[in-house]
Amino acid sequence: MTIDLANQIITGLLTGLVYSLMALGLSVIFGVVRVVNFAHGEMTALAMYAAWGLATYLDLDPLLGLPLIAALLFCLGYGLQRGLIDSFISKPEHMQFILLVSMAIIMVNGSLLGFGPDAHGVQVSYGFDTYEIGPLLVDKVRLLAAAASLAVSLLMMLFFQKTMTGKAIRACADNLVGARVIGLDVKRLYAVTFGIGSACVGAAGALLSMLIDVMPPTGPELTLLAFIIVIVGGLGSMGGALLGGMLIGVSEVLAGYFLMPSMKGMFSFAILILVLILRPQGLLGARK
Amino acid sequence: MSRQAILLGLLLAAFVVAPAFAGPYLLSVMVVVMYFAYVGQAWNIMMGFAGQLSLGHTIYVGLGAYTAAALFVHFGIPAIFGLFAAAAVAVAAGSIIGALGFRFGVKGVYFALLTIAFAEFTRILFEHFTALGGTGGLFLPVGSRDSFDLIHLRGHPLMFYYLILAMCVGIFLLCRKLLNSRLGYTWLAVREDQDAAAALGINVFRAKLTAVMLSAGLTALGGVFFAFYYNNLFPNQAFGMNRSIEIILAPIVGGLGTLFGPILGALILTPLGEGITAATEAMGFKAAGIKQLCYGLSLLAIVKFLPEGVWPWLRLRLGLGDGEEGE
Repeated sequence: MTIDLANQIITGLLTGLVYSLMALGLSVIFGVVRVVNFAHGEMTALAMYAAWGLATYLDLDPLLGLPLIAALLFCLGYGLQRGLIDSFISKPEHMQFILLVSMAIIMVNGSLLGFGPDAHGVQVSYGFDTYEIGPLLVDKVRLLAAAASLAVSLLMMLFFQKTMTGKAIRACADNLVGARVIGLDVKRLYAVTFGIGSACVGAAGALLSMLIDVMPPTGPELTLLAFIIVIVGGLGSMGGALLGGMLIGVSEVLAGYFLMPSMKGMFSFAILILVLILRPQGLLGARK
Repeated sequence: MSRQAILLGLLLAAFVVAPAFAGPYLLSVMVVVMYFAYVGQAWNIMMGFAGQLSLGHTIYVGLGAYTAAALFVHFGIPAIFGLFAAAAVAVAAGSIIGALGFRFGVKGVYFALLTIAFAEFTRILFEHFTALGGTGGLFLPVGSRDSFDLIHLRGHPLMFYYLILAMCVGIFLLCRKLLNSRLGYTWLAVREDQDAAAALGINVFRAKLTAVMLSAGLTALGGVFFAFYYNNLFPNQAFGMNRSIEIILAPIVGGLGTLFGPILGALILTPLGEGITAATEAMGFKAAGIKQLCYGLSLLAIVKFLPEGVWPWLRLRLGLGDGEEGE
């Protein structure tokens, strides 16, 4: 019983880390561009379809396809920000919501047209391998996916801490007027940020394709999941996204273990409601 | 009489006499138009007037629908009494969400996400609520379709047609009255600048809470109509995120905060959806998703090119001035 439970918690933590990476993208976009990406899960689903396509037709392991998919999603995010979202930045929230929701509708139904209503998942050759650590069993796929998520997340943090572009983006988030005064090209930096956030989504989607199946309704579900994670962790906080992801991952498996798997969403939303009321800035978010 | 009033009168007259000319299909589309105009108007009280963005508004539709339907199915209580219970449940839910959100300073995007969280939470709760059908759905017994039984809300489609028309007229008049009342001005002040409103001595918390409660109660009545018109309820459809989006599209596309916006938005969007279905079928596309895809593209075009909504744009074109209605 305790061993079984421990295994479940490890599964939740590892899956949660992949969720974290997806949510990190949302957090980065909101933290800088101040737009809530209501098409976030739909973009993740597109990345999952891409991973499935590469694995099925080119026999490419999602772990190897990850950089390619991340690059594709970077271009998508960059283009969307430049072409559409940028003109909505100073508009009220509900207008941004409608814009992103219509994009989400287009993505969901585009994938329904392109891939049909069936579930698609990637089955890798080592899909059933497990590692035995003492009495515990750890899925190889899940462990690799979690490790890759952590690596990409660390890469992101390094980018924002060490590179000039990263610092410039942080400057935009910190003080927009100041950033303009010193001559930063805010429009381009916003597009780069949206691109980077989308690249996170691409990477997360590639990894998720090995863990869960994708079908058209997966997108909206993942959007809500990403919201829960970033709000619980703290919108705009990178560490918060990591913590939130793991927390939600574990709460999902515990709800499934003690009650019913179909009730896992209710637990996540209950956590979200509690956090919004008790600590609206999120667990690791800074008070504004 | 202003030109605006004449325009509205003509529209109303068209809807009143329409059943004499229109077939059952067209009438059912018009019922959907009016339903979305009604709930859009109810949502507009909260967002358009008081500036509180609710993205989980279908929770009030769902609660109202389930309350009245459950009372009817399990206890035989007629809809005319059930609707009071439905409104009460929704108002209670609205005041809980509103009080929690406003008391703890949950603002803007965060408040919107809080409303989504409550709606989704309730959806999953109802999916496990076996006494109310769970995921299998709750079905209302269909009696004779020839009677005009307003007490039990059972009977002919025409009865529902005129009922929803009356509800639309009622909520329009109510909103007009509200906009020109002390409460309405309070809401506009809170919407425009909350801090300035508070400095003027307005009880911001109470103003926002009144807006949520009123909006929730009125939305629930739409839910009662929905339940008795369609005779089936599923948690996924009553509380799903898609429904919330559908509710808010009409007022936003039509023109937020205006009285005519929700009506115009519903008049555009529902026929647009139906038209796309007919067009894609006529062109021989049978694939699932194509209709919604075109719908999404149209929506994108509308928000991109008419960001203030269609009505404020049309009002200028028609030479009706740029003032608020009801003046």
